[in-house]
Amino acid sequence: MHLKKLALSAAAASVVGLSASQAVAQDTLFVPLFTYRTGPFANSGIPIANGMHDYFNMLNARDGGIGGVKLAIQECETGYKNEKGVECYDSVKSKNPLVITPYSTGITLALIPKASVDRIPVFSMAYGLSASAVGADFPWIFNPPATYWDGMSIVLKYIAGKEGGFANLKGKKIGYIYFDGGYGLEPIPLLDQFAKEYGFSVTKYPVPPAQMQNQSGLWLSVRRDRPDWMVMWGWGAMNPTAVQEAAKTGYPMDRFIGVWWSGSEDDARPAGAGAKGYLSLNFNAVGAGYPAIKDIEKYVIAKGNSQTPKGMVGDNFYNRGVMNSAVIAEAIRNAQRITHKKVVNGADVRRGLETLKISDERWKQLGLPGFAAAIQVTCQDHNGHHSAYVQQWDGTKWVKVSDWISPMKEKVLPLLYGAANDYVSKNQPWPKRTEACDDKTL
Amino acid sequence: MTHLLYGIFIDPFVQMGAAPDLLVQTLWEGLVSGVLYALIALGFVLIFKASGVFNFAQGIMVVFSALTLVGLNEHGVPAYLALALTIAVMLVLAFAVERVILRPLVNQPDIILFMATFGLTYFLIGLGELIFGGDPKVMISDQLQLPSGSYRIPIFGGYLQMQKIDVAATIIASLMVAALAVLFNRTRIGRALRAVADSHKAALSVGISLEQIWVIVWFAAGIVALATGIMWGARSNVSFALEIIALKALPVLILGGFTSIPGAIIGGIIIGVGEKIGEFYWGPLLGSGIESWFAYVIALVFLLFRPQGLFGERIIERL
Amino acid sequence: MLYREVGQYKTSYGADQALFPILQDRIGITVILLFAFVGVPLTASSFTLDSVLIPVLVLSLAATGLNLLTGFTGLLSLGTGGFMGVGAFACYKLTTFFPNVNIIVLILCSGFFAAAVGTVFGLPSLRIKGFYLAVATLAAQFFLSWCFIRIPWLYNYNVSASIEVPTKTLLGIPVTGPTASPVTRYLIVLSIVALLTLVAANLVRGRIGRTWMAVRDMDLAAQLIGIRLYQTKLLAFAVSSFYCGVAGAMMVFLWLGNAESESFNINQSFLILFMVIIGGLGSLLGSFLGAALIWGLPIVLRAAPAFFGLRIQSATAEQASFVIVGALIIFFLIVEPHGLARLWQIGKQKLRVWPFPY
Repeated sequence: MHLKKLALSAAAASVVGLSASQAVAQDTLFVPLFTYRTGPFANSGIPIANGMHDYFNMLNARDGGIGGVKLAIQECETGYKNEKGVECYDSVKSKNPLVITPYSTGITLALIPKASVDRIPVFSMAYGLSASAVGADFPWIFNPPATYWDGMSIVLKYIAGKEGGFANLKGKKIGYIYFDGGYGLEPIPLLDQFAKEYGFSVTKYPVPPAQMQNQSGLWLSVRRDRPDWMVMWGWGAMNPTAVQEAAKTGYPMDRFIGVWWSGSEDDARPAGAGAKGYLSLNFNAVGAGYPAIKDIEKYVIAKGNSQTPKGMVGDNFYNRGVMNSAVIAEAIRNAQRITHKKVVNGADVRRGLETLKISDERWKQLGLPGFAAAIQVTCQDHNGHHSAYVQQWDGTKWVKVSDWISPMKEKVLPLLYGAANDYVSKNQPWPKRTEACDDKTL
Repeated sequence: MTHLLYGIFIDPFVQMGAAPDLLVQTLWEGLVSGVLYALIALGFVLIFKASGVFNFAQGIMVVFSALTLVGLNEHGVPAYLALALTIAVMLVLAFAVERVILRPLVNQPDIILFMATFGLTYFLIGLGELIFGGDPKVMISDQLQLPSGSYRIPIFGGYLQMQKIDVAATIIASLMVAALAVLFNRTRIGRALRAVADSHKAALSVGISLEQIWVIVWFAAGIVALATGIMWGARSNVSFALEIIALKALPVLILGGFTSIPGAIIGGIIIGVGEKIGEFYWGPLLGSGIESWFAYVIALVFLLFRPQGLFGERIIERL
Repeated sequence: MLYREVGQYKTSYGADQALFPILQDRIGITVILLFAFVGVPLTASSFTLDSVLIPVLVLSLAATGLNLLTGFTGLLSLGTGGFMGVGAFACYKLTTFFPNVNIIVLILCSGFFAAAVGTVFGLPSLRIKGFYLAVATLAAQFFLSWCFIRIPWLYNYNVSASIEVPTKTLLGIPVTGPTASPVTRYLIVLSIVALLTLVAANLVRGRIGRTWMAVRDMDLAAQLIGIRLYQTKLLAFAVSSFYCGVAGAMMVFLWLGNAESESFNINQSFLILFMVIIGGLGSLLGSFLGAALIWGLPIVLRAAPAFFGLRIQSATAEQASFVIVGALIIFFLIVEPHGLARLWQIGKQKLRVWPFPY
């Protein structure tokens, strides 16, 4: 009887599934956006989702799309959960998506093996699997402008600069507080290697996802251990709680530096005056004074076509979302140029991403002068290992307090190649790259 | 091996002696979180005592009440009026729960009622997110005139840091426990509540209206949930992650017994302190992060020796 | 009048004790199995297979496991997610140690590891009952979640702390990994689920199932008539964890393709518990119905507005599905505490006496 209903429920479910697919118009550029507006990571996810969405809407309203073809945007709510991300992917993959932006390291890891089989590129901007920068092994994955390892080396360069040189790092103690998952665990090998090389010690403070808002015990340990510097790799609700706890414990904020994903205004603001001095990396500019963003305000927000609340425009993560969309738009333009087609597909956009070259002049043409460092992607290097700068919270806004710092490529690249080989050997049979290279570096 | 034994039996005590101010700080942190767990457990105990229902939705009631307060304030309602409105909302919720869930399920086995509160949890999660949005919110501590800042007391060569909001939370929790004790023992309604807790049928036969009592009890639990939500929210943001922290109230109930109010407080303090001390001194040995399960292990060990908890009634089963 | 079960005489004990004693049942199950094994692969879309059917089958196997423990033996367990994770990570380690063994054998073997872990966490069940046992299983859940991230050996020291599924083949056709087609994976999942459900059906109809139900109904009386309580409860934990472990291994290898510690957290346990509650405690059919409803409802809710031409955001659809699932649970508990399976039984009874009301 149960077996009978086993398949009866399967039949009922299949009817459900057949009705679940939605049609997308044929002559549009379909870009699905994986976002999370609910759940414990929503505070980070909402501004990015708004930024991404608004920029594409602006292109549609102001330019009529890209190359004259309108963009079709569809948000899929993942809640930062892997299963939901995979489900979103399955629901969009048959509709000819041009590129997937998972916005979660976990979901990216789940999609990496599927991307090359389904021929859909994955754009994981400065997150995801750092090793996917190796274009020969991961032809369908792109993660400019910098990897987590680049970021860690930039942080260490900044710390060394403040301490008076790498030689002065000897004997110092660096505390690493991180999200207890793939995202936070990834930089640890590089950190340990640097610790051995430069003679400083590393104390690790993992924050399990369920304990993100309950960090008082952890910061008590920080008070006991008294590290000279604290480095944070946090996301979602973990960030503001960490900053609040650090302020409460009295940890010197100007020695507390977070990665670019721990640098939202909403991460520092809840701690009030206590957060003053908190540092974070960044690779895009903050502020709404850019022509492209003014266009967004004019063409999208003023027309009521956006969910962005007042005051969010120009926030760090909003601009991060704008940059994400701007890079994708540029890749689509590249694809249209290379293939001489207006309505491109995923494989074309892969070539567009692989030949991505956004110079400072180009950023200016896009209406975002000085917004980000120049980006260059090649067949061999899907990342570019570009620079980032350090910003500091002054109590009300982020202020740039350093020049653009370049990562220590000579240390990062061997690790990267090693990790790529490790991934490929653990996931045999891994398909060998068959895609041709448009810029002849491979 | 000796390193492991040293780490378990000797090193933590050495550390305790070496930095006694940190020990006191850990104890204080444990006390504060214990008091907050106890507040959540108090809500459970209230409802269990009076209606025999294990209210799994207590955690989400904490979040929902805090969200209502902050959400109303965000829409321009002044803080104290928002507080009054939130209390009214919890009253409406109590009425709704009694009418929709408790009355139709009045004679069903306990497990069914328990699962109905599961459904209530999901319902409130979705409703809260729909109405107020899914992103974490900041508690309106300033508008509610809750103290901020901290005291720094130099002791033992170091210092003890006490957040003023934590002190306030402890005081408010004690006041609430005292008020509930007075309610239960000195008032007519309290007598009725105790009668209902003893036996529904006997209470009915002397004319106590079960429905009224249930509404009152769920309302009281709602007030406790609101107070807990304000305190928790003031320490860290108001978000749905709080709902999982509410699961920690279960070990508290195990220790204190399901039907005892002082038990909830003492159980809460034991769990809070035990958890913090365990994480601080023994945590690094196991790789840290053990706070997520240590409380349950404490409760489990306790259960093996005293299944009814410290203050609970001994369960006597008859055929 | 059309559906008559009478007039079918059994002439042997074997026929009387058969799993499907009535001809209509036999016809029904054959039709349905044919549809499931042949009809669905031919007609269903890739999205349906990947995101609806395979998850429903995998989750119904986990729900069957939980139903054996909570529905048939009366031991409330909130550790389902953890036991599924044990199965998944065990299967991963087995593929590392035995890369050339058939993946289906490895999936079934990983269930034994989950059974062992489940037995260990079931040890308190002698002294603890009811809600208190639920707390013990919660301890298991949180402890196992912690282990999955804190013991790097489990995920082969991957930097990302997640497990990726290698491509395995069966008779030359890839069955796991990104190159495996949804149809292949669906057929394998369906076969394993059908086989294990058959085993479960025989378990609950036999001596072991009856001892479980005796423990559930009144364990003191069961003890008095000679049932060994401890062994029965531990066996329930072991078998239930076996099913959850196999479900977990299938979830990673045949559905998602990768997993990390967060995939098996407390929310997964709650999800399976809801499926069991709504489907019906103590009914194998209920596991399937509950899984189909709980998993399918959010998908329908997400697709429904587009179907009717309304545009709502996917986040709103997500929240609305929470509200509706919660309301549904309460509704079902009020209307029919024994779940969808009981509703089906009532439906069949009505069918038997139609057009008369009773």
